[in-house]
Amino acid sequence: MSDVLTGIEQPADEEAARGAPRGSGAVRFLLGKLGSALLSLALVVVLGFLLFRMIPGDPVVTMTRGRPVSPEQLAELRERLGVDKPMWQQFVDYIGGLLRGDLGTSYLFQRPVADLLTERLGPTLLLVGTATLLAIVLGLWFGIRSAWRRNSRFDKVSTGTALTLWSMPQFWLGLLLLIAFAGVFPSGGMRYSDTPPDVFSQTLDVAYHLVLPCLTLTAAVYAQYLLVMRSSLLEEMNAEYLTTARAKGLRDDLVRRRHAVPNALLPTVTLVFLQFGMVLNGAVAVETVYSWPGLGLLTYEALSGPDLPVLQGAFLVLAAAVILMNVLADLLYRVLDPRVRAT
Amino acid sequence: MRRRRGRGAKGALAALSLVTGLVVVSAAPAAQAQEEVTLKVALTQEIDHLNPFLAIFQSSTGVGRVAYDYLTRYSAKDQEPVPGLATDWKTSKDGLTWTFTIRDNAKWSDGKPLTAEDIAYTYNLIRHNETAATANGSFVESFDKVTAPDKNTLVIKTRTPQATILALDIPIVPKHVWSKLSKVDDPKMDEPPLVSSGPFTITDYQPRQYVRLKANKNYWGGAPKIDRLDFVHYDNEDAAVSALESGEVDLVNRLAPAQYDALQDNDDVTLNKAQGRRFNELLMNPGAATKDGEAIGDGHPALRAVRVRQAIAKAINPQVLVDRVMSGYAELGSSVIPPVFEDYHWKPSAQQRWKFDKRKANQELDAAGYQRGADGVRRMPGNGRPLEFRLLGHKGRTFDEQSARYIVEWLGEVGIKVTQEMVEENQVDEKGTAGEYDLAFSGWGVNPDPDYILGLHRCAARPNAQGQGGTTDSFFCDQQYDRLYARQLAEKDESKRQEIVKKMQQRLYEQAPMVVLDYDNALEAYRSDKFEAFTVQPQPTGVIMEQNGNWGYYQAQPAAGGGEGGLPAGGWVAIGAVVVVAAAGGGLALRKRGKSVEDRE
Repeated sequence: MSDVLTGIEQPADEEAARGAPRGSGAVRFLLGKLGSALLSLALVVVLGFLLFRMIPGDPVVTMTRGRPVSPEQLAELRERLGVDKPMWQQFVDYIGGLLRGDLGTSYLFQRPVADLLTERLGPTLLLVGTATLLAIVLGLWFGIRSAWRRNSRFDKVSTGTALTLWSMPQFWLGLLLLIAFAGVFPSGGMRYSDTPPDVFSQTLDVAYHLVLPCLTLTAAVYAQYLLVMRSSLLEEMNAEYLTTARAKGLRDDLVRRRHAVPNALLPTVTLVFLQFGMVLNGAVAVETVYSWPGLGLLTYEALSGPDLPVLQGAFLVLAAAVILMNVLADLLYRVLDPRVRAT
Repeated sequence: MRRRRGRGAKGALAALSLVTGLVVVSAAPAAQAQEEVTLKVALTQEIDHLNPFLAIFQSSTGVGRVAYDYLTRYSAKDQEPVPGLATDWKTSKDGLTWTFTIRDNAKWSDGKPLTAEDIAYTYNLIRHNETAATANGSFVESFDKVTAPDKNTLVIKTRTPQATILALDIPIVPKHVWSKLSKVDDPKMDEPPLVSSGPFTITDYQPRQYVRLKANKNYWGGAPKIDRLDFVHYDNEDAAVSALESGEVDLVNRLAPAQYDALQDNDDVTLNKAQGRRFNELLMNPGAATKDGEAIGDGHPALRAVRVRQAIAKAINPQVLVDRVMSGYAELGSSVIPPVFEDYHWKPSAQQRWKFDKRKANQELDAAGYQRGADGVRRMPGNGRPLEFRLLGHKGRTFDEQSARYIVEWLGEVGIKVTQEMVEENQVDEKGTAGEYDLAFSGWGVNPDPDYILGLHRCAARPNAQGQGGTTDSFFCDQQYDRLYARQLAEKDESKRQEIVKKMQQRLYEQAPMVVLDYDNALEAYRSDKFEAFTVQPQPTGVIMEQNGNWGYYQAQPAAGGGEGGLPAGGWVAIGAVVVVAAAGGGLALRKRGKSVEDRE
């Protein structure tokens, strides 16, 4: 066994050779996964609706707090928002809207929820995507080396640092960095208002603003990748195929890179996908500290209303992201690990 | 043990040089452009809408105040109505018809003239369109008819005399733009460029990032002295303060006392401690009921007695809260209209003011028959119910949490047991509306016209039979107070109206459905190395931001010789630091690489 890739190709060929009727196994698998994903999503919709109605508070009172308003206006507002209807009627309206692709209108912003969400999704994806990528690179790099030289000083220091950063509250770490780099990096936001409008300057400006929030989020999450990578590599460390590889006279470096790591990578890949949803949720604190115009703060603000349509919409998007990543992890796992496909 | 870190270090080097590149180049464009003067203002609240009919948040209405014109304005000096679009006005004998003369020299940003027709259109749109009434519907409720007989005359007829007619806080929109829209909440009206007539024109809007405005050089009141006005969004006050210190913004407000103190040593920053429009109060549930007098909620029955409420007012010491909780950045409270509105504010005389006097409070409660039980807690005469009150407050709000501790202690000393009930804001609202509290912290920001804040304590402001539609703050219901309210609303003589308004405050103070604890100072700070002192409202103790007008922004002046824009100095330090780190990293990588070559088998 020299390369994990050949291991993938072989069963695929076998399956193809077995002919069409058997080939539908993959399709059935895919449909099954998608089916259960849709079911989860449906449950999320119901749960989201019920959950957010348990939040105390009257959106109409919140909306009109501190400004002149007459009882007639309050009644009108109630009627327009539909909050005076019985719960079941609201639920039917909500589901009906969803089926038409209508997420409703935000109470606080008086704008379609779908617009708000799409407007905020981009910055969040940029932040979370960059941070995840960096965290994976950092986590794997340190994880592999920590495992390879377990209990060395390097292992202790790198694992210790990662765990410390992981246990720190993200907003606190963010505030510390903000204070430490005050005046060096921007205090918040995604770009300066007076940056020239051309694409080049804008991109650079966004990158400049991205540094601190991205650093915070990366520091907070890379420990998980490090730990999983480290432990799964440790499991492989005493495997006989590594002894074989060494006996072949391969350099230690190559033994690690070509033999141990590919086999240890599987749990980490799963984790990357499963964690993506969590990182997305974790962005809430970081976005708030750095005034990053993403989904996180929108959700936070909506809670204070409670701005039910926005909460339901954001909940749906976040849950959908987790579910999607789960499906992708399942599929990818099948590609990466022939043993899974065989069953 | 072998070391093979060469590859990783190379990666790190690549990443670093990439960052260096980004930082250096991003600095370049910012450093060039600045010939024009931009005032950058930090906003810590979101913008909900630019559309003036839907804009509710204070931040959004603040932007509206510089972009749009109003029928009349409040003067910077003493917040008296002064000409805006209207240069002159007169009222009929019965006080129901108002005739305004509209200025000739106002123009829309697209060059078309602004006429009385535009103003009539704006008011009528709000009257006849539910969506258009979202933000400012309450101002036109008593309007019967609004017409523009010619382009310089506007006539407003009201069904009842309305004292607030010179305080219409309604941005005027161009008829030739809005009448072409199919609906008022057209998303186009949230996207610049928007046609407006104020001293600045909105040119760019990035939600939750910034709003940019350009000076209107043809403004009828004269061109602003700055070229641009940017409102930059920050999610939290700490970030806004840090941005002020690094020069990323020039003006911030809503500072906490600690932040304000921390800025005191900064030579480039000037502070403004202004009289604020906000007060904090302690509500005492006087027996919550609906409009029809049906009791609701579960307030403690002992608080229905005026004597108990008055004794409580004497048992607490708001001055301590001003000094300790607000660090002195507040004024001692008395009535519901803050002293910043000096024409309407009523201040109790030395005899009238509740004096902090535990002995007296104890005596009065004794005399009223509230005897102490074995546990030291007083009992109601008759049913013997102990005086155990809940104190409702906002969890996480410093004022509520810190003041609560004092109040628990003070009332404990007069035999009243108080339990804190600090909950989320939603729950405070919910319990407050339902009358489910004994004592509660509350607070209001007050408008220059006292009508609204006074109206909150009328019997009619209480909720309907379903427990809804109420706007009451205190569940106070008093015939004498309500009669005074009706009189002030119809009173055309300003000084007589002020007298009635003061009488109402006195009545509230004596009946004590609440104790007004303090008037918060509004704490602001600006870069005085870049800008001259701002025009405050009212003078000389008022605010720069969140005015009832746009004087602060409109009359902003760049400091002589200052006003240099570009990358904050720290940016260059950052670039230097990154370059050094990159160079060091590169050296390290090379060294490591040398080693790994040696190690190679």
